[in-house]
Parts: sequence; structure tokens; C-alpha cells
Amino acid sequence: MPTTQQLEDLVRQTRRDIIRMVHKVNSGHPGGSLGCTEFLVSLYHEIMELKDGFDMDGVGEDLFFLSNGHISPVFYSVLARRGYFPVEELSTFRLINSRLQGHPTTHEGLPGVRIASGSLGQGMSVAIGAALAKKLNKDTHLVYSLHGDGELQEGQNWEAIMYAAGNKVDNLIATIDLNGQQIDGSTDDVLPMGDLRAKFEAFGWEVMDIEEGNSLEAVVAGMKEAKSKTGKGKPICVLLRTIMGNGVDFMMHTHAWHGKAPNDEQLAIGLEQNAETLGDY
Amino acid sequence: MKKYVDQGKNDTRSGYGAGMTELGRTNPNVVALCADLIGSLKINQFIEENPDRFFQVGIAEANMMGIAAGLTIGGKIPFTGTFANFSTGRVYDQIRQSIAYSDKNVKICASHAGLTLGEDGATHQILEDIGLMKMLPGMTVINPCDYNQTKAATIAIAEHEGPVYLRFGRPKVANFTPVDQKFEIGKALMLNEGTDVTIVATGHLVWEALIAAENLENQGVSAEVINIHTIKPLDEAAVLKSVKKTGCIVTAEEHNHLGGLGESIARVLATKHPTPQEFVATNDTFGESGTPAQLMEKYGLNNKAIEQAVLNVIKRK
Repeated sequence: MPTTQQLEDLVRQTRRDIIRMVHKVNSGHPGGSLGCTEFLVSLYHEIMELKDGFDMDGVGEDLFFLSNGHISPVFYSVLARRGYFPVEELSTFRLINSRLQGHPTTHEGLPGVRIASGSLGQGMSVAIGAALAKKLNKDTHLVYSLHGDGELQEGQNWEAIMYAAGNKVDNLIATIDLNGQQIDGSTDDVLPMGDLRAKFEAFGWEVMDIEEGNSLEAVVAGMKEAKSKTGKGKPICVLLRTIMGNGVDFMMHTHAWHGKAPNDEQLAIGLEQNAETLGDY
Repeated sequence: MKKYVDQGKNDTRSGYGAGMTELGRTNPNVVALCADLIGSLKINQFIEENPDRFFQVGIAEANMMGIAAGLTIGGKIPFTGTFANFSTGRVYDQIRQSIAYSDKNVKICASHAGLTLGEDGATHQILEDIGLMKMLPGMTVINPCDYNQTKAATIAIAEHEGPVYLRFGRPKVANFTPVDQKFEIGKALMLNEGTDVTIVATGHLVWEALIAAENLENQGVSAEVINIHTIKPLDEAAVLKSVKKTGCIVTAEEHNHLGGLGESIARVLATKHPTPQEFVATNDTFGESGTPAQLMEKYGLNNKAIEQAVLNVIKRK
């Protein structure tokens, strides 16, 4: 298990990777990526049981599905720094002939990715399918998924949420990135979703809150608790409260950086706020 | 002309059900999903024999496609089942992203295709599904002609790695291909050799094409009849070889002329061997309520329509 310092170093380096990647191609989604950095670093270095190497079926290890595929920068950085592919490849993000497409895909053969995502609302169904396959294979490992809060406006999620509870898919931990922002503004302004805890509970899920979604300690403790609740007849929903743009002060608490890249000066400020730890790619 | 015998009318969806029963017994990785249409898809026996390998998803087709994609991760071979309309148009983006673009080994099995589901009317009669599915990169599109062939195709697609759209229907139609035939994806079947015209048909219009060929023989016209059960990948060589001999072609399908088999063949001919072609297909229209026979007559999809198309295309040689 990594030390707290090692996890913190990973988080800071991942933030640098994210803003450098989107800056280079002047496109991509830094806001949500920065908000989920602590979560994904914790998941891949502390929470999930992973085999060495990558195979698509993932039998005998935990699986993760990113449903809100636009936060590909954080996903790619975390995968690379977990050893799925060379860190140098991060420099090809969104460039032609790259395996690091704008939104994640299996189509170019990037290790670590098991489903294409980007068109929103599809990942929970896929995660449920993978969880059902684990049960058929008598594989006791877990399936994790991440979804944006705005993404829950897509109706397919609620088909999936109904199915998972109705069929006791209790080897699934679906985390909702509750940053309260979407492209056109706050989720409350664009389409208020009401009480998400009450909604998930009404559908029959076990619901947990992680209030400090950008605290490594809180995320690790919360996800360990989530793990302990699996296998008891209910799917687990984690409501992860995060700050969009976390770690780069001018990107925080606003939807403005949902899908916008920093310019040269902004990049310099962002990098200054996140000193290099493990070495830039 | 070669004679074909109807072994007794049967529905192609029952061919799917029989194929699933066999797969349930022979391939432990095959799993079935259904969106509240078990009876229509004829998979009761598979479910009875393999309750753990069946997933009832309810009236939620988008979720069904996603779950199917997920089940492949772990080595399962999911067969989804609902009507053709709800298997394609309703869930196009789910198929596009989670199955086709994600290279998932999902078999999308679609009953009640075309007009001949009958009385339910146009809301359920999709005539655009072949086009929608063949446009997806990597998708194999299969439309077998009768019960026996549908059963064989169902069994064959389990052995094929990659997404497949398997299209079949509701009405009882002539069952004339061999029992326990070996189904080869992408291989056109020569049913009758002829010299004056090529008729390429798919689905149950293959039987109509055989009747038309017999009627034409009585008028002194020698028609070659080819069964194209696989629309993608298309057996281009078989089509080109035939038209080089006959000099004209009629395509026949229970589908819109936009996006169907006829268009796929027209592209091949236009680029490789320009040939007069007539289309037996619906003419950019929705369907309506009626009996299957009435609808085939009204929308020009029966043997008479094929016969007339042949007489027209021969004049254009």
C-alpha cells in the first residue's frame, strides 16, 4: 500500500498532467478531471485489487468504468502512472493517430480502458453487465463506476438504477461526482435533480456520502466503507462531493472550466500551485 | 428450374428460439437478455434450461444494450432480444458507443422486423433497421430466409467474434432450406442458376423470389436466384459473377429502398460493374395495420412485384 505522502505526490503530479495535457491541444475538460483526481488516485492505488498487466475480461480483479468520459485527462494520467501504458504517451492526448482519444475508447487498444464513453448515461448499464458477468464467473471482485451528477439527467441511468436494485447487483459501487456544475451552469439552474440520496434510496440502493471528496483521507476511508457494504443484497451509491477545478484556484467553484483549456499564463499559474513530484511526462 | 419444397410454414423467430435452445446446451458462455418479450422471441426453453444465464431487463432497451456490452467483459456472449424497432432505432447510440465502437461481442437479435408483424402498425414496423445497423463500422448484418436458416444463423453467430445484428420476423413463412444446415456468414447461396436476370433476395422474400422465378420460366425467362442472408459483409464476388452472366439484377427485401440490401448492391455495381437494377423494397414510407399478406401486396413486396421488376429490368439491358 502506498503511503499518504506517495498518494499526495500522485495527486499533485496528476493535476499537472491534466492541465498540461489540455493546454497542449487547447481542448479537453480540466474542471471535472481536477475534481476527481483524489478519487481516481485513491481507487487505482489504494482501493481496487488489480492484477499486473491488462486483459479485457478482467477476471480475478476489480474493474472500473468511467461513464463521464469527458474527464479523460484524469483517467489517462492515473492509468499511465499506474503502469497501464507509458507516461510519455500522455503527450499524445487528443492528437491524430493517438490511443488517447478525446473521450476514452477501447477501439485504439489503450490498456486500462474497457468501454468507450463520452455520450453520457451509458456507463452504469455497462458496469451492471460486468458485475453480472463476475457473478456468473463466481469472481468475488467488485465493479466500480464513476458518473457525473449532470449525467444523471440522462434517462438510461434510471433504467439501470432500477435494474441494479431490483436484481440485487450488490458487487457494484457507483460513485456520483457531485460537483453541482454542468456545461450551461449549475445543475440546479440547468435541471434541478432534487434529493439524489432520497432518489437512490427510493430505488433500493445503499447510499453513502463522502462530504470531502477532495480529501484523500476522506475518500480512502469512504471507499473502504463502501467496500464493506457490498455483498449484502444492495448496490452501493457513493455521493462524492467534489469541487470542480480543485487544486488550481482560478478554476475552482465555477463551471467555466468544464471544457476549456488554460492559456500559457494560466498554465504557469496552475503549475506553480502544483509543484512537480514524480516527474512530468 | 430447381424445385424447392416448403417443409411446412413456420416463423423465423421460432428458428431463433430453437437456435438459442441448442446454444444453451452447447455453449456455456452464451447468455440471453430480453426486454419483456420472452414469448415473442420464443426463448422460453432456453430460460427454463438455463435460468442463471437469462436476464429479464424489463421495458428498458437502452439498459439492456449496456448490460449486454458489460457482460462481454468477463467472456460472456450476450444475445439481446426484442422487436427490431426497439433493437435498433430506439437504442442506436447505445449500440454505437457501448457495443460497436467498443468492439463488444454482442448479438443483437431482432424479431418482428418489417411490415409483416402486421396489425400493430407503423409504430412497430421498422423498415430502416438494416440501414441503421449496416452503417455501423464492424457490425455484421444477417437476415435469414426461413426457420431452418434462422436457427442455423443463431448458432453460427455465437462462434463469430464481434457485434452482429440478426433480423427475423413474426409471420409463419415457407421453410424450405435444409434442416441442420451449416451457416456461413457472408456467403451468398445460389438457389437457381439462370441466364437472363439475377434476383438477389434476403429474408422471406427469397421464397417469393423462387416463386417469381418459376412463373418467369413459364414465360421463357431464365432467372438466377441468389439468397443473400448476410447483408454485411456482402458477398460482392457472388453478385458480380452473376450479373456478368445475366446483365441485369433485381434486389428484393422487406425494407426501405433507402439503406437496404438494394443500395449495398447498387454501390458494388456502380463502382465495379455498372448494371441495370430494379428495387423491390418499400418506397421511403411508413407501414400501416393489416395482415402480412395484405401489406406485402399493397407495398409491392411479393412474388408478383418481383416478377414485374424482372420484366422491367430486362428491357433496360
